[in-house]
Amino acid sequence: MTLPSLDDPLRLDDYGATRRAFDWDLVTARLQGLPGGGLNIAYEAVDRHVANGRRDHVALRWISRRGDLIDLTYDHLRRRTNRFADALASLGHGPGVRVATLTGRIPDLYVAALGTLKAAGIYAPLFSAFGPEPIRQRVELGEIEVLVTTPRLFARKVEPILDDLPSLRHVLLTGEGGGSIPGDDARVLALAPLLAEASEEWRIPATTPDTPALLHFTSGTTGTPKGVVHVHRAVEVHHLTGGYVLDLQPDDVYWCTADPGWVTGTSYGIISPLTHGVTAIVDEGDFDADRWYSVVEANRVTVWYTAPTAIRMMMRLGLDAVRSRDLSSLRLVASVGEPLNPEAVSWAQDAFAVPVLDNWWQTETGGIMVANYRTEPVRPGSMGRPLPGIEAAILERGPDGELRLDGDGRPIELTDPEASGELALRAGWPSMFRTYLGQPDRYAASFAGDWYRSGDLARRDADGYYWFVGRGDDVIKSAGHLIGPFEVESALVAHPAVAEAGVIGVPDETMGDVVKAFVTLAAGVDDTPELRRDLLGHARRLLGPAVAPREIEVADSLPHTRSGKIMRRLLKARELGLDEGDLSTLEQPDAGGADLDADGEPPGGGARPGGTGGVAR
Amino acid sequence: MTGTDPQLDRQIVVDAIADVAPDVDPATVEADEDLWYALELDSMDQLRVMTAIGERTGLDIPERDFPGLLTLDDLTAYVTARRAGP
Repeated sequence: MTLPSLDDPLRLDDYGATRRAFDWDLVTARLQGLPGGGLNIAYEAVDRHVANGRRDHVALRWISRRGDLIDLTYDHLRRRTNRFADALASLGHGPGVRVATLTGRIPDLYVAALGTLKAAGIYAPLFSAFGPEPIRQRVELGEIEVLVTTPRLFARKVEPILDDLPSLRHVLLTGEGGGSIPGDDARVLALAPLLAEASEEWRIPATTPDTPALLHFTSGTTGTPKGVVHVHRAVEVHHLTGGYVLDLQPDDVYWCTADPGWVTGTSYGIISPLTHGVTAIVDEGDFDADRWYSVVEANRVTVWYTAPTAIRMMMRLGLDAVRSRDLSSLRLVASVGEPLNPEAVSWAQDAFAVPVLDNWWQTETGGIMVANYRTEPVRPGSMGRPLPGIEAAILERGPDGELRLDGDGRPIELTDPEASGELALRAGWPSMFRTYLGQPDRYAASFAGDWYRSGDLARRDADGYYWFVGRGDDVIKSAGHLIGPFEVESALVAHPAVAEAGVIGVPDETMGDVVKAFVTLAAGVDDTPELRRDLLGHARRLLGPAVAPREIEVADSLPHTRSGKIMRRLLKARELGLDEGDLSTLEQPDAGGADLDADGEPPGGGARPGGTGGVAR
Repeated sequence: MTGTDPQLDRQIVVDAIADVAPDVDPATVEADEDLWYALELDSMDQLRVMTAIGERTGLDIPERDFPGLLTLDDLTAYVTARRAGP
């Protein structure tokens, strides 16, 4: 395969042929690299276009909640991100500085993200619907030094815990003008005057392909959140998938609806589209089907990357709302976050008259790994086939959830199209995560031999298409957000009335899963409607609405394993009326199988799930 | 359905919000302010609030009506009008 020039479109016309001939050098050759050597995501996303004649092309079109428009060209973005990098330097922050954003979709978020990368710092997005407790945990785990947030979010969520955030050296508040800075903490500054004073010229330090660039937080079954670290080389996957999967061409108007607080909002809301020099829409407003259709119509959006929950909500509103709009600019819709059910694929393909391409990836993979492609027949319900350059497999798992190994200690690949196992990827792709911050053992445990273990159960049909079967652990996926049950349980047991908590996801046809908690009460506490309301309010205040349970059920006791772990799977089986016998084996229950502990207390008398760490203050 | 008392209808709305989101205080929101945004209630909360209003009133609130129901005034007027019925 010959290497294309930078100006050639990166299109996937023949999946099989491209896959066979694929070489990552092809992608490396398309990246420009820093003028003095090295690789930097922000340079590939912004400055290279200014250098290559696209300085006045609109990079970001921001639509405010009220509908006002602000267009930022690639040159505007270059200058503003330079100012942000220079402002960081003037505050005394050097390469490696860890900068987090806690904002909705506002221009300053994009400037902070790219400006941080230009300063050779590490950018970490935080979800703005988090409550104070998830924010505190993540700032602490990430040793975040600079936090960019809005005055409103600061007052609600950060100021009350500011004293618990010792790693923070500066909090930069967005907003027009200087504004008044609340409180008397000298770390809190207004961002606008800093940017106004900063230089528009900035020389990006020589970051290498392996310099850490991005820090994303994700949740596991147990313990604290995980800090997933990616390096600048990840841009190879962001760029490649922007071409092969999203089919981005320079004149596209592209809209990724993902919240910027999660990995999709960074990889595909910022980096991937900008490396292709397209115009990316940023809509500050929340989901509202009619607003969304009007955004597509008014801006002539061509490529739309959204999520199953949104598609299913549009589906519930029906075709009439779609048909009253001119959405003929669309040529491709893609979906990620959780599996898109076949009915939703069919509905959306009919409604928008374009291919609807489900795909699969994770925070750890950094970019799209398995996808349906524009030029291939869409298989509704399937996540598609591996990206060229990516090798996937289904590995056999035993009833204990651990991988089965062959005589040489290697994982066993399943080839039977009916057999489900753990979806795994051959390690070594450019956007593979490089560590879980401060948790090297946890990182090591996510690999088996050469394979990265996704934790997702899937099967592969005879044509090589992958089908999602379920999560291999207790992590909950609600409206596309990954929620760790332990984090929710910890917040609940921090309430004095709660003895124990078990948290599960209850399937919901629109949201994927809805978080539900089962709690047992401390001795002498009575179950009343007021108490339940108080518990719900407590959890929402600490965790934020997106993470807190929507429903709390008071139980007399919770099922435990012999080691004292709460058996979430059994709770779930009961909630769903499933056969408990099959599921209970997954967690090595007590000899009595599904029997409850008589007193509802784990052995040893510890009343907190997991026992150590991560318990909310 | 008895009664079309706007005060009562407002209380129904406020109680429904308290059921779903006991952490927020609807009294802190202006009657003509977007309460979902102001109280940071997401689309799932919104759906549950509508369901809770439905349970209290016997009304079925279709999702196509949601976009017009942004403020306490909107919701109260909507409940009042629907309870008065055609």
